[in-house]
Amino acid sequence: MIPALVVFAYLGVVLYIGIFAFRRSSGPEGAEGYFLANRSLGQYVFLLSLFGTNMTAFTILGSAGHAFANGIVTFGLMGSSSAILIPLTLYLFGTRVWSLGKRHGFLTPVQMYRDRWECGHIGTAIFAMQATLLVPYIVIAVMGGGTTLNAVSDGVVPYWLGGLIVALVVMSYVFFGGMRGTAWVNTFQTVLFLTFGAAAVIFISVSIGGFPQAMERLLASPETAPLLTRERVPPKFFFSYMLIPLSTIMFPHISIFCLTARKMGQFKKTVIFYPLAILAIWLPCTFLGVAANAMRDVPGIETKLEARATLAAERDALPAEEIAELQRAAAGDDVIILMLEHYAPLWLAGLLGAGIMAAVMASDSQILALSTMFTEDVFAFYGGGSRFGPQVQVQTGRLFVVLIALLAFVIALRAPPGIFGIAVQYAFSGFTSLLPLLVSALFWRGSTKWGALAVVIWTAATVTGVAVLQAVVPAPPPGTVVPIWTAGGVDIVTRTPGGTDVWGYMPVLPMLVGSTLLMIAVSWLTPKPRAATLARYFST
Amino acid sequence: MTRWVLAAAVAALYLLHQDVWFWDRARPFVFGFLPVGLFYHAVYSLAVAALMWALIRFAWPAHLEREAEAEAAETPAPPGRDS
Repeated sequence: MIPALVVFAYLGVVLYIGIFAFRRSSGPEGAEGYFLANRSLGQYVFLLSLFGTNMTAFTILGSAGHAFANGIVTFGLMGSSSAILIPLTLYLFGTRVWSLGKRHGFLTPVQMYRDRWECGHIGTAIFAMQATLLVPYIVIAVMGGGTTLNAVSDGVVPYWLGGLIVALVVMSYVFFGGMRGTAWVNTFQTVLFLTFGAAAVIFISVSIGGFPQAMERLLASPETAPLLTRERVPPKFFFSYMLIPLSTIMFPHISIFCLTARKMGQFKKTVIFYPLAILAIWLPCTFLGVAANAMRDVPGIETKLEARATLAAERDALPAEEIAELQRAAAGDDVIILMLEHYAPLWLAGLLGAGIMAAVMASDSQILALSTMFTEDVFAFYGGGSRFGPQVQVQTGRLFVVLIALLAFVIALRAPPGIFGIAVQYAFSGFTSLLPLLVSALFWRGSTKWGALAVVIWTAATVTGVAVLQAVVPAPPPGTVVPIWTAGGVDIVTRTPGGTDVWGYMPVLPMLVGSTLLMIAVSWLTPKPRAATLARYFST
Repeated sequence: MTRWVLAAAVAALYLLHQDVWFWDRARPFVFGFLPVGLFYHAVYSLAVAALMWALIRFAWPAHLEREAEAEAAETPAPPGRDS
């Protein structure tokens, strides 16, 4: 019960920071103040908060679980690829988004697209696409909150109450604190991860008698030795996965966050330290996930390893329900929690539970971003702003915060557990496919609103296509694939155990190539924005 | 010239992520416990931080900030802005 008390104390601190701490003014706040903290965040809050915004439940729990099942490849797939691409996109695109936001007063990316391409409803289509891809994140965070509170309280707090508590806490500080409150909460949460994550690695290392012995044990067994290499991962898959972190800058909460820096110089430390922060979080999570395979003295982990062995040996003879049950039993999303419960002292387990809650609650900036977009890109754009004034705009934003949080809670209660995890996978590819919007808006004078619309339609069609294909064709057993489309004896589209392949690559590669080509071709054929508009974006 | 060198460095580092030379190898265990493939990507992340420092130091788009500050100074502050 002590971990649960620590987690509740943590939620209280978060609520205090988000609502009361660091408030700048007591008077009424304008839209820029509520949604963007008046573009006034300092460099350390900007760095830590931006990083914290990107830390979701998946980072801590999911990365360790992925490494538990797949080995060291997890860090290369998701860690080091993000280490280069996220800071690079912040440097190349984030700085330009900040500059345009400051010059023209944009609060959302859609405002920029509408102005840049002289469009109205096409901007609404971009908003709808981005909002659709973002919603699963918010739902999954509420679900993660319910699961975590239920686990740390040994079942005393039921799943529905845990989800409700998390939704209410996040809703409260986003409602009252806006971007400033959210940024400070994220800063606090990032410091918490980094501090207690390091403590966890040290405690577990000492408790198991050092990591070298664990690694030798894994290498000595034919079942676990491949976890220390990437021999089970096709290089083409690894290469195309490298495109996934390009999605980050297209997530609305990240691009909106780029507008909050007081000066552009605040991007400097963020760009340099981001890869180091990734290293500090992802390397321990990946390593602990792999090392968990050697910790058979932890009862929960032993159960998972037994389920995995049964699946490998008897899969062909088992009914589908039993296979699904064994897959659930073998899943490693909670291996970090199991290791901490077994090895770490109770007080540290509680603090780490709070750290995990911090990751789960990263939905705050997503809720705020969605509320900002609804208010600015729909309510204000279609007349609400001029009719009711800026104060009503802020109140509308707050109303949207409440509605989004409650809707996410209701959906979280009713949705089957796996559905939104899968939707999140599609969201990464979808946002990567939208990248040509940002690149062409910032760098290509010849791009047009019709090219932008083609990108949105292509993204919607391909994300839906992949989702339908994976729903219709069940995943084959590990080591096998189901050909969907073969031409000239070559498998073009295949259903794999992990998803879908296109010529051996992840779907994100053809999705990005297709959206880029469509932007170029359609823009080339359609009329360009006026010279006066282009002059506001391009100096020569 | 500097920008071309930095662009080439970014492209090279992007390609170096695909470290096929350590694909099937676990040994040596660096520091006694880190499989070499994992150690490579840890060092890779450090190299990325060094490259980002070089980008900031030698190719910082300072003109964007100057343009934004100049234009913002000419524009009246939006309602609700802190003093």
